[in-house]
Amino acid sequence: MTNTLHRFGDAESFRDDYVIFAIPTKGVKGQNTVPLLKRFFEIAVEFKPVNLGETRHGGALRPGRGMNPLAHWHRDNTPDFQAVIDGLTDPTTCAAVFDNKVAAEDFVKRVREEDFGLSVNISTSIDGAEQCCHHACIPRHSVGYSLGFEGKTEKLPNSQVMMLSTMCGHGMISHSLAKKMIDFVKENRRTPEEAAAVLTRFCSCGVFNPSRAKRILEDARTKTN
Amino acid sequence: MRINPDKCVACGNCTYVCPMGAIYIDPVKQRATINDDECVECYTCFNGLSQEHLPPTLVRLVRKTFAAMRIRFDPEPDVCPTAAFEPNELTWPRVVRRAFSDPRVPHESTGVEGRGTEEVKTNDVTGRVKLGEAGLTIELGRPGVGVRFHEIQEMCWALAKANVAFEKKNPITSLMTDVPTGTLREDILNEKLMSAIVEIKVQADRIEEIINIVREVEKKISTVVAIGVGVRCDGDGEDHIVAPILEKLGYKLERAKTNIGLGRMLPVVAAPEKELVKA
Repeated sequence: MTNTLHRFGDAESFRDDYVIFAIPTKGVKGQNTVPLLKRFFEIAVEFKPVNLGETRHGGALRPGRGMNPLAHWHRDNTPDFQAVIDGLTDPTTCAAVFDNKVAAEDFVKRVREEDFGLSVNISTSIDGAEQCCHHACIPRHSVGYSLGFEGKTEKLPNSQVMMLSTMCGHGMISHSLAKKMIDFVKENRRTPEEAAAVLTRFCSCGVFNPSRAKRILEDARTKTN
Repeated sequence: MRINPDKCVACGNCTYVCPMGAIYIDPVKQRATINDDECVECYTCFNGLSQEHLPPTLVRLVRKTFAAMRIRFDPEPDVCPTAAFEPNELTWPRVVRRAFSDPRVPHESTGVEGRGTEEVKTNDVTGRVKLGEAGLTIELGRPGVGVRFHEIQEMCWALAKANVAFEKKNPITSLMTDVPTGTLREDILNEKLMSAIVEIKVQADRIEEIINIVREVEKKISTVVAIGVGVRCDGDGEDHIVAPILEKLGYKLERAKTNIGLGRMLPVVAAPEKELVKA
């Protein structure tokens, strides 16, 4: 799947967006990769990610199935990284999201030292990934370029909405909800952090970047796209 | 997906969260209603909304009272106050909607997990794309527009005429009744999906030809397309073959997924196989 590849924005807009994921090879039976993936998560936590997740169970901030009505006044928006680690039961793609280059570079270097044997990919600007590789003294093996969106692009919303909604490549964050959160911030009905947390809960694999979302929402408060 | 009319309080929160915009408040019934033809069974409403279990009658009374006084209640926008969403038992062919739209579900409707394959994400283990080759992912419907299978078939037909090889493990390929012509099963052609990925591999010198074919099909279909191009780097970690071709075609390369080459074939140990979940 290409769930982190086609994020909308230019290279500069990815300065606080580094998705690093480990992936076991499909179709190879009998490899016990779950402990390796858990270890990947545990190391990621040391470098202070802004999100963590896997497709089967979700990210570090999840919807509640039996929400207390008082939560409308005191919503807990703290990411629960341990729940992601504990919830991993099957081999699947595991992602850690960082909002700064230093953390991403240091994490990649550490992952190299750990030598898991899992395929590891960095999804960010082309330059950002090259710098991570350079820091860890490893040449890039393969690259998957995004060529952006084409076709009936008149059906797409404005760039602020696109930057928010495309951070879930599976399409779980609707353009309408992204626009609503921008409007909530403009009306001062929610802070950018609160609005970003609402969007984060809809990303079902934990690759949404709430830190970048907060910045985009803060910009959208005063700027047109 | 269905919305239980006995539970729904028409708060409207769900109308914003549907990626396809398929949920609306019916002005006559005064209940949230799903346009089944537009719904792609992504389960975003069911899985993404937090749920409360408040008594519907009480919530309706409070809402009516506030509305009468023109008072705006300002609850959290991502909550269904009465847990009104209830999944339907999906049957063929509708089940393919969920298989291509809900990423949580490894599915058996196509026999393949996910919407696509690993492309170059595991190229360090599989060696699928070699130096001088390009693995193209042509994704239709994303973001937030959706696509029907008859539009995907247009793309497959055009690519098949150019004699490209479709990726065998891709779910779209598995739904073809005739792979050499790119023809899909007839009974699914009007089904709508969040998005789907057609995957092919060609020599790098054919990239321009393939992109021109994709651009021609884009004129005939009513959705958006996102192209990804996967390449193998040389020993120094550089790509001097494909990037120049893409730049010549007018693409400004900003974002990529970079496989950093740490993968290897791991030892096999005895472990129980997991069953696929039914979509």
